[in-house]
Amino acid sequence: MGNVIGIGAAPKRKEDQRFLTGRGNYVSDIKRPGMAAGVFVRSPHGHALLRGIDKSAALASSGVIAVLTGDDVKADGLGSLPCGWGISDAQGVPMKEPPFPMLAQGKVRFVGDMVAFVVAETPEQANAAAELLAIDYEVLPSVVGVLEAVRPGAPQLFDDVPNNICCDWELGDKAAVETAFRKAAHVAKLSLVNNRLIGNPMEPRAAIAEYEPGTDRFTLWTTSQFPHVVRFLMGALVLNIPQHKLRVVAPDVGGGFGVKQFHYGEEAVITWAAKRVKRPVKWVASRSEGYISDRHGRDHVTEAELALDETGKFLAFRVNTLANMGGYLSTFGPNIPTNLYGPLLGGVYTTPAIYCNVKVVFTNTVPVDAYRGAGRPEATFVLERIVDVAASEMGIDRVEIRRRNMIPKEAYPYQTPVLVQYDSGDPMGCLDGALVAANVNNFGIRKAASASKGKFRGLGYSTYVEACGLAPSRFAGRLGARGGLYESATVRVHPTGQVTVMIGTHNHGQGHETTFAQIVSDKLGVAFENVDIVFGDTDRVQFGMGTYGSRSLVVGGAALSKATDKVIAKGKKIAAHLLEAAEVDIQFESGKFSVAGTDRAKTFEEIAGAAYVPHDYPLEILEPGLEEQAYYDPVNFTYPGGCHIAEVEVDPETGTVTLVNYTAVDDVGTVINPMIVEGQLHGGIVQGVGQALFESAVYDEGSGQLLSGSLMDYCMPRADHLPMMKVATHSTLCTHTPMGVKGCGEVGTIGSPAAVINAVVDALSHLGVTHVDMPATPNRIWRLLQNASLPVAAE
Amino acid sequence: MRPFAYHQPHQIPDAAKLLTSIEDSKLVAGGMTLIPTLKQRLANPPALVDLSKLGNLKGIADDGVTVTIGAMTPHAVVAASKLVQQKIPGLAALASMIGDPAVRSRGTIGGSVANNDPAADYPAGVLGLGATIVTTTREIAADKFFLGLFETALEPGEIITAIRFPVPLKAGYAKFKAPASRYALVGVFVAKFADGVRVAVTGAGPGVFRVPQMEAALSGNFDPSAIAAIKIDTDGLTSDIHAEADYRAHLVTVMAKRAVDAALN
Ligand SMILES: Cc1cc2nc3c(=O)[nH]c(=O)nc-3n(C[C@H](O)[C@H](O)[C@H](O)COP(=O)(O)OP(=O)(O)OC[C@H]3O[C@@H](n4cnc5c(N)ncnc54)[C@H](O)[C@@H]3O)c2cc1C
Repeated sequence: MGNVIGIGAAPKRKEDQRFLTGRGNYVSDIKRPGMAAGVFVRSPHGHALLRGIDKSAALASSGVIAVLTGDDVKADGLGSLPCGWGISDAQGVPMKEPPFPMLAQGKVRFVGDMVAFVVAETPEQANAAAELLAIDYEVLPSVVGVLEAVRPGAPQLFDDVPNNICCDWELGDKAAVETAFRKAAHVAKLSLVNNRLIGNPMEPRAAIAEYEPGTDRFTLWTTSQFPHVVRFLMGALVLNIPQHKLRVVAPDVGGGFGVKQFHYGEEAVITWAAKRVKRPVKWVASRSEGYISDRHGRDHVTEAELALDETGKFLAFRVNTLANMGGYLSTFGPNIPTNLYGPLLGGVYTTPAIYCNVKVVFTNTVPVDAYRGAGRPEATFVLERIVDVAASEMGIDRVEIRRRNMIPKEAYPYQTPVLVQYDSGDPMGCLDGALVAANVNNFGIRKAASASKGKFRGLGYSTYVEACGLAPSRFAGRLGARGGLYESATVRVHPTGQVTVMIGTHNHGQGHETTFAQIVSDKLGVAFENVDIVFGDTDRVQFGMGTYGSRSLVVGGAALSKATDKVIAKGKKIAAHLLEAAEVDIQFESGKFSVAGTDRAKTFEEIAGAAYVPHDYPLEILEPGLEEQAYYDPVNFTYPGGCHIAEVEVDPETGTVTLVNYTAVDDVGTVINPMIVEGQLHGGIVQGVGQALFESAVYDEGSGQLLSGSLMDYCMPRADHLPMMKVATHSTLCTHTPMGVKGCGEVGTIGSPAAVINAVVDALSHLGVTHVDMPATPNRIWRLLQNASLPVAAE
Repeated sequence: MRPFAYHQPHQIPDAAKLLTSIEDSKLVAGGMTLIPTLKQRLANPPALVDLSKLGNLKGIADDGVTVTIGAMTPHAVVAASKLVQQKIPGLAALASMIGDPAVRSRGTIGGSVANNDPAADYPAGVLGLGATIVTTTREIAADKFFLGLFETALEPGEIITAIRFPVPLKAGYAKFKAPASRYALVGVFVAKFADGVRVAVTGAGPGVFRVPQMEAALSGNFDPSAIAAIKIDTDGLTSDIHAEADYRAHLVTVMAKRAVDAALN
């Protein structure tokens, strides 16, 4: 008998036993009898008409089983890849939603767009045949940047999408903002770019599909963060496979970061192909293939203005953004730069009027969708940067201007002017904690020490809030969601008292098997080792929306908590019968059902046993068995946040920025496992630091070629880029989630880019530098210093 | 990867013969550069001739005035060699800055020099020290060996067997790593000999090159200050998404100063 390991404890992660001993089971580990190999042939052009494809040489190549193209898709009458969100403009006109065929038809719109699928006996044979496909392209000019794409005369991706604008979206009270700006004592302005990112999960995407003629059932194994959603989108909307005839399995998945939370064309093509060729088919992406096909993130160009009164109080905030969607609408695409961006522009401040306009734009690039943080890092970056700009222009200390505008702890729940209502929070408490932890008082000494070595040192703050725990279905539906965003859990108590949980979220590195087992162990008083968590298989798990938007604990954990409560409630009924007491007198504590005020009790195992061997059991009122299921639909988002403080040193000779200290004090609500929370914060911060200092997806305008298409050219953050981070929590409890949790998966990525860039600007502010675009590469910093040290011309 | 024949000769003449008799066949040393190009189907040799079983291509020897490193000596061995650390510490330091531990354990000096990647480190050391490339057929001075982007004076069928380095009075290497690849965005090797100073630059252009202006200045005064004001012409330097030509030019001066500093310390 092991121990109860409950909420707040930090056991080692259950799942690491298999991961660290090389016994994980990833899609590429799976082999099916008679399995064939598939490769995708992708467009080498950013924009081209597809004049024709001659398959003959490829079909004649050794080992080739099939070559499928867009014409075959069309002939089979298959659907377009669906978009899960439909946004509208201010007049209520729906976004332009051109079809996204799973294999290109008539035109290719980005380098990596899928043109054909080749199935052969081996991957080598499939690759060899792929090279023999004669594809007749008529190359068109590409447009890759949002500014260029909306210019008159720009290449047009779709005939019926003028100026490449998918939707001209807005939020907030434009008139109130204009009035406030007219009264302002000061207006701070900022133009910035939020750099395009590539998620780079450790495990490239992969899929295997199999069709069983005997049962008319399909199985798709895929590297997905949300297998049930893939089953629905692909089965119901693309391939017309009834839900009960389609099983989607997402086994161990090596990291997602959002990249794997979309329904990809590869999944549909391979499932369709498996039936056509009557063989299981497997495809595993190479890293290079991932660069040109995994959905990218961010990519905004923004103009922002903040109106302030003479004391530095924010009066109004106005933001105009062009957001890149890439060549087609991906599953969540248009939702990210709109609904997950605009509502966060209030931040932790009392700004009374906010207006945001986002033009969502098509370009000849990989479709852009959610990437860790998804919209909220972009919002935080704009806001936290312009707060610094305003402070410096008005001569107010950066911490002081934040304090003057922060929502006080007592003012929660706090209704912002941009839809969301924060339930709880204490931004000032996080700030105070971070100031101490970062030893800000002695920063001057450290700065002087750097100066004596010829280096510039800077400190940067980001006091931020985000919205996660996606999402209240009713609210999301009003914003354009075409599905629900609840979660489900089943708690199956076995006759011997061990527990198996079936949950609709997906663990791909976050530690859910540990966190969720702690919740069950805590609530039911069963040993931690006697709880297993099952996820990622539509045949084993009832339903679920999957893992993204820091929702697994917040929404999935809530469903689990509810299901556990139902188990306890049923257990009480059984115990009341066995103990011959009234149900209201039964208490459940530490794994024991007892009659209040007596020593009469039954253990959890005894109750489980009675439920499955109902010899002495209230059969008239209760069914045998002990298994309960709950669905949970949140009543609000959750709003984790906090204060991040970055400290950098800049070498003016080379332009190199070194992150020397990093402090984060975050409010994530109840902490189930502090070790896991710390790990999530570390990882999240590193990804934000990656955006701030290193990562950038660069396309060549005109040709649409991805210039940063490998790890040789796309710089990921590495261990030696980072100092030891100081991470702590300062939590207020969420008022509407069952356990008070707020979620912690994305906070690090949301808070950190602004903190780092604010630190870089601080380090260079004595030279007149007011903004640095991301990533702050050595070349970019050196260029700024060159320009800064030039004699200042008028204006 | 496409299919290819694999040969593992034990004698140098056999290797040379295989190489000349099978058209388009390729030598493989550490494979750190070659194998990725095969995997990406960028190279398609019908046969690989593996150098790893040939005698005498590994190891480091010293005759008082020169240090000779066998072509198949991995970077890690050069970096850890007491002999190299003592005679040409700048070269040992250079080897220690190449790639990561896995790359340093497999990659070889011969492979690196033969490949002549414009951002590789060894070419700067070989040219900066005025080394001699010893092949199966002749000896080639470094100044005549590196011809440009991935191009060398090697003839088809010619195999590098060793690199012979003159021992300098002082030498140092400074590398500014490209953020993503960690090859040299700019690397500068400086070596001081009794008859003058040599300065070789890698990463900045399409191939390794010397900087006569810096060599003259350092020959007069081997101190970072002697070259601080020397600006490199941006003509012919590389501009790419990581660095523009003028930034690379600037880094040449900065890294040259740091290389002199390293040589002096
Ligand atoms: C991740 C990574 C990071 C790296 N980072 C760096 C870095 O920072 N700096 C750096 O300089 N390099 C770097 N490299 C390259 C590395 O140093 C390689 O080892 C080197 O470029 C090639 O050596 P090799 O022995 O692996 O040669 P191979 O890959 O086996 O061969 C390379 C080429 O040289 C030819 N060749 C090999 N040996 C001989 C010979 N004796 N005579 C004639 N021709 C020969 C081969 O036919 C082939 O064309 C990196 C490589 C990787 C994979």
